[in-house]
Amino acid sequence: MVAVPDPSRAASPLHAMLLAWTFPLYLGGLVADIAYARTYEIQWLNFAAWLIAGAMVFTGLALAWSLFEAFRRSFRDRRTLIVLLLVAAMFVVGLLASFQHARDAWGAMPGGLVLSLVVTLLSAAAAVVLILAPRPTHHRASRGEIRA
Amino acid sequence: MSRAGLLSLAAAAALLAGCGGGGGEPQMYGPDPQLPEPQRGLLPDMQVADPAPWGEARPAAPQGYTVTAIATGLRIPRQTLVLPNGDILVAEGRGGGAPALRPKDVIANVIKARGTTSVESGDRLTLLRDADGDGTYEGRSVFAEDLNAPYGLALVGGQLYVANQDALVRFSYTVGQTRADAPPVKVAGLPSYINHHWTKALAASPDGRFLYVGIGSNSNITERGMPAEADRAMIWEVDAATGAHRPYATGLRNPTALAIQPGTGQLWAVVNERDEIGPNLVPDYLTFVRDGGFYGWPYSYWGRNVDPRVRPQDPGKVASAIRPDYALGAHVAALGLSFSSPAMGPRFAEGAFVGEHGSWNRSPPSGYKVVFVPFRNGRPAGPPVDFLTGFRGEDGKTRGRPVGVTVDPRGALIVADDLSNTVWRVTAPRGAPSGLPSGVAAPAGAGRP
Repeated sequence: MVAVPDPSRAASPLHAMLLAWTFPLYLGGLVADIAYARTYEIQWLNFAAWLIAGAMVFTGLALAWSLFEAFRRSFRDRRTLIVLLLVAAMFVVGLLASFQHARDAWGAMPGGLVLSLVVTLLSAAAAVVLILAPRPTHHRASRGEIRA
Repeated sequence: MSRAGLLSLAAAAALLAGCGGGGGEPQMYGPDPQLPEPQRGLLPDMQVADPAPWGEARPAAPQGYTVTAIATGLRIPRQTLVLPNGDILVAEGRGGGAPALRPKDVIANVIKARGTTSVESGDRLTLLRDADGDGTYEGRSVFAEDLNAPYGLALVGGQLYVANQDALVRFSYTVGQTRADAPPVKVAGLPSYINHHWTKALAASPDGRFLYVGIGSNSNITERGMPAEADRAMIWEVDAATGAHRPYATGLRNPTALAIQPGTGQLWAVVNERDEIGPNLVPDYLTFVRDGGFYGWPYSYWGRNVDPRVRPQDPGKVASAIRPDYALGAHVAALGLSFSSPAMGPRFAEGAFVGEHGSWNRSPPSGYKVVFVPFRNGRPAGPPVDFLTGFRGEDGKTRGRPVGVTVDPRGALIVADDLSNTVWRVTAPRGAPSGLPSGVAAPAGAGRP
């Protein structure tokens, strides 16, 4: 008989969405950084700064949610902890990237591009780990789990 | 506000708070300032003025000099002009309004607004008159209104020139007039797209044929893009008769005040230099302006020191960059310039007064005073002397911020203060020669420690 995954370990869809939304924003920032580095066209740098700021909004929410999840499981669930660490790292690196993108013109480079790359990879990693968490089967999912 | 926003703001505040202090002060003044290596923390230093009313306090002048508020309740006084009969014209207004391009601009604008006045822009010229010469300016009238952030002022014969933030205009003027008798006539349009640095400084050539207009850059260091810098960071020479212009000197990041040196007839300027590469970079400066000269911005500073933030770079332009004559100190925000005369007393007879609005991005703050740069043989000689201080008190409160300074030939310095919206008059001690040729010593009251 196939073991049924433990529904209490499943990621909340909203948590997963928050985390997943950060990825295209950080990726957009990275692409804009690359475009600026290749063209010196300043508007790309402005785009990057706003995309990263937008990503930081969702990163902050995802971090809060991850902390809540970790508390709820008394810091015992390994996958939850990995997600928490990745999201926390994402928040720190994203904040550094935001500050770096607040520098004027080429002063943001090359550090801005490197930080964009790192935070994009962290975002992808966090989303993959969270979303690949075992899904609860439909009939076993209790309302309580979904609300969480 | 989102939690992330709150968290980033809290982090920003903590980092900002930790940015104080910072080592010994290098030699920041004179012809050969020490230039440290460029540096930039995680966040730029921001320490904006914390405004407070003057109350009973007054700016402090050298012993023997008297400080009087000759006009209060103005609407952002910036530059002043002393007319032939002793009347004083005050240009009032606030310009600019460059859009915020990045999250940084949104945050910085909120912080910087705390250190300035919230009074509505006057967009007018106010005339002050002391009819009986007792030092009280009992007469006050609006000379012209509905201007567009007027700043630079110059009188040439019967023509009063006013540099609005978007155009050079003129009024006809006869001595004694208290109100313009007609709307202004446009002499020339001035670059005003974005107008990041909006002030348009003004001076007239000694023969009155040309007007020199200072036009600031459209960014700190090209962060609004190179195309926005067309016709910016330069001084125009405008033909008073035709309105035709040519760039007279370029690479001057923000030439905020221009003045003709008495005797030589040479054009001098104070220029505000770039931010965000350290508390001691780059010094604002006072310089003789060479016709056709290039002074570095944006590619380099203080001569040939390359600014790596500018791309594409231009080694050819860097090689041609002129070193300015005299450093005033980094971030002091020099906004006023007026050459002195013997009427100001022997100690201040030869040299230039410079109004320093004060820093917003340096810790500890710099500027917030009027200094006197002594000259000898027509060139700056020696360290700057504090002339009017006390704008930023020991308590950390800022009561005023000097902008334009103008020497009144009767022996006074007129100082516009755009924080307390006051015009100050600093009178030389009685006995100082008034209108006498240089070399005649002032007898009493001039000796100071």
